[in-house]
Amino acid sequence: MNQQAGRTPSEAPAVSADGLGKVFRVPDGRGGHTTHAAVRDVSFEVAAHGSLGIVGESGSGKTTIARMLVGLERPSSGTIAVMGRDRSRPPRRGAERNRRAHELQIVFQDPYTSLDPRQSARSAVDEVIRHHTSLDGPQRAERLAELVDQVGLTNRQADARPCDLSGGQRQRVAIARALAAGPRVLVLDEAVSALDVSIQAQILNLLADIRAATGIAYLLISHDLAVVRQLCDDVLVLRRGRVVEQGACARVLDHPTQEYTRALRAAAPVPGWRPPGVAR
Amino acid sequence: MTDATPLLELRGLGVQLPGDGGPRAVLHGIDLTLGAGEALGLVGESGSGKSMTMRAITGLLPPGAQLDGTVRFEGEDIAAMAPSTLRRYRDRGVGMVFQDPRAHINPTRRIGSFLTEALTLNRGLGRRAAQARAIATLSEVGIDEPERRLRQYPHELSGGMLQRVMIASVLLAEPRLLLADEPTTALDVTIQAEVVGILDQLRRDRGLGMVFVTHDLDLALAVCHRVAVMYAGRIVEVRSAERMHEENAHPYTRGLLGSRPAIDHRAERLTAIPGRPVSAFEAGPGCAFATRCAHVQPLCRERPPELAPFRGGLVRCHRVAEIHQETSDGTSSQEATA
Ligand SMILES: Nc1ncnc2c1ncn2[C@@H]1O[C@H](COP(=O)(O)OP(=O)(O)OP(=O)(O)O)[C@@H](O)[C@H]1O
Ligand SMILES: Nc1ncnc2c1ncn2[C@@H]1O[C@H](COP(=O)(O)OP(=O)(O)OP(=O)(O)O)[C@@H](O)[C@H]1O
Ligand SMILES: [Mg+2]
Ligand SMILES: [Mg+2]
Repeated sequence: MNQQAGRTPSEAPAVSADGLGKVFRVPDGRGGHTTHAAVRDVSFEVAAHGSLGIVGESGSGKTTIARMLVGLERPSSGTIAVMGRDRSRPPRRGAERNRRAHELQIVFQDPYTSLDPRQSARSAVDEVIRHHTSLDGPQRAERLAELVDQVGLTNRQADARPCDLSGGQRQRVAIARALAAGPRVLVLDEAVSALDVSIQAQILNLLADIRAATGIAYLLISHDLAVVRQLCDDVLVLRRGRVVEQGACARVLDHPTQEYTRALRAAAPVPGWRPPGVAR
Repeated sequence: MTDATPLLELRGLGVQLPGDGGPRAVLHGIDLTLGAGEALGLVGESGSGKSMTMRAITGLLPPGAQLDGTVRFEGEDIAAMAPSTLRRYRDRGVGMVFQDPRAHINPTRRIGSFLTEALTLNRGLGRRAAQARAIATLSEVGIDEPERRLRQYPHELSGGMLQRVMIASVLLAEPRLLLADEPTTALDVTIQAEVVGILDQLRRDRGLGMVFVTHDLDLALAVCHRVAVMYAGRIVEVRSAERMHEENAHPYTRGLLGSRPAIDHRAERLTAIPGRPVSAFEAGPGCAFATRCAHVQPLCRERPPELAPFRGGLVRCHRVAEIHQETSDGTSSQEATA
């Protein structure tokens, strides 16, 4: 479905969203309820092996889109497909749920909340391999070692519990665990935002290497335009649930056509930048 | 700034906190001066000691902390201040703005009572006069309809608006020194730009000295005259903001600059620093950055380097001259390409 002209017809887009919308019911403060449209008529594609960044300010609907992709929220309108298969509705059977998890995985900003505090990185990753593949014992051990190595964890770190790891190390564990399912698409929701800049650079390099090596597609959610520029081919600018502008990073970020995109870009501190009204 | 006595002077400032195996150093040998009307940036990764430096400046350290060196405000050692003088210094000399305004403001009280309390209680102003001052100050930080805001509760204001209220509350005490600890980290980038614009305006209009803490080097360079880069509880480089991009010399400063992706192009690879930032007490006897530095030599692990003048700034590195030589041969000064 939704095959756009200009793409190689042989490979379906990794992700396509068409007219996606999400309306939440919220208390109106007077004992009743009202509705809040968090995502409105959003359409985009992540090309096969491609990478799309979604940028926008707090509350613009980025996480809501991610949650609909992984099936944590159900769209109020529109459709989503991953690897050409629709997932706008909840899976009806366990096998279907499994296949969806196999195709698309997500990494959140704070891996601490998503990692089991009692489980070492090695056993967390092993559990996912066991669940999503039919590898035998020795093959599994090999795959495990490969993943631990790929995300740059030492053996000692792989055996440590999350509380004994730094933020960057925990994020590596979360990435290894997501990759262990063998997904074709990885959603990264502010996955590098809370990291120290030197660690953030390590993870950005790592993610670029993994994509080059495996052809996995990324949907990267961030409020940081520079992070998106570094990792993504395409970018989508979201404001109050609506798409403001989308296209290739170089086009949108270097030649924005929309006032809001220009404002976002102008507000980002870059070398030589001055905040409004500041002269020296 | 040309005044003989600086507004703020830190000499050999160190802080040790009680730990499991004895005292742990978290700050070490911090020397800094700040003049009135001047903005100084403190930049470093988490645990490098930025917030602890701010706490040492106000003299509000965690229980059991041991302070070395001196903090002088307008020439006076705060450790030697009489209790009443110290209280005046904390109430009226120095103002603090924090990262998360919501954590520092009582959610059950209206903005008006939050802003006017100190004026009526400590300064003996009448209610009317205090309100008038609050309204004027809210306007000064760019808040529209200030009268109406006084009747609102914190949850009715956005994060950016609330941070402006915090700044207004600090200004009402008419401090001469403003300490801003990651004041915009929790804000959207467009709001951040407005808030730092306001801080800068206030510094100039009122001749405030400002210490601006952030982990974003480019942000610090945009709003400060000078920037001090911190690593593991020490200052590793101090330089004028104008010269930092051209003349940065410490391998850690260079690593920070190379780590940050750019908005206008994709780097082939970010020059990431291996390993993770360490705290002062985790550092060995030599240079604290030795474990992550590409230029490390045996000497670096043995003896701690001093903060010494280099090309118009101060740099704490044994090998800075050699590294500068090596990297300015043929390559650009910023990226030591492998
Ligand atoms: N379960 C929910 N019920 C009601 N409203 C919600 C719910 N989840 C999200 N929202 C609202 O939907 C809007 C979009 O939220 P979302 O978390 O998607 O934003 P975001 O772009 O991820 O923001 P941030 O950058 O702060 O993470 C917000 O106004 C939010 O308050
Ligand atoms: N109350 C405390 N008790 C014990 N150790 C502390 C306390 N506060 C800070 N530390 C330690 O002191 C060191 C410096 O901390 P500080 O808060 O100054 O870092 P920072 O540079 O402000 O970091 P961040 O960017 O994360 O705010 C760290 O190792 C930290 O763990
Ligand atoms: Mg979000
Ligand atoms: Mg801090």
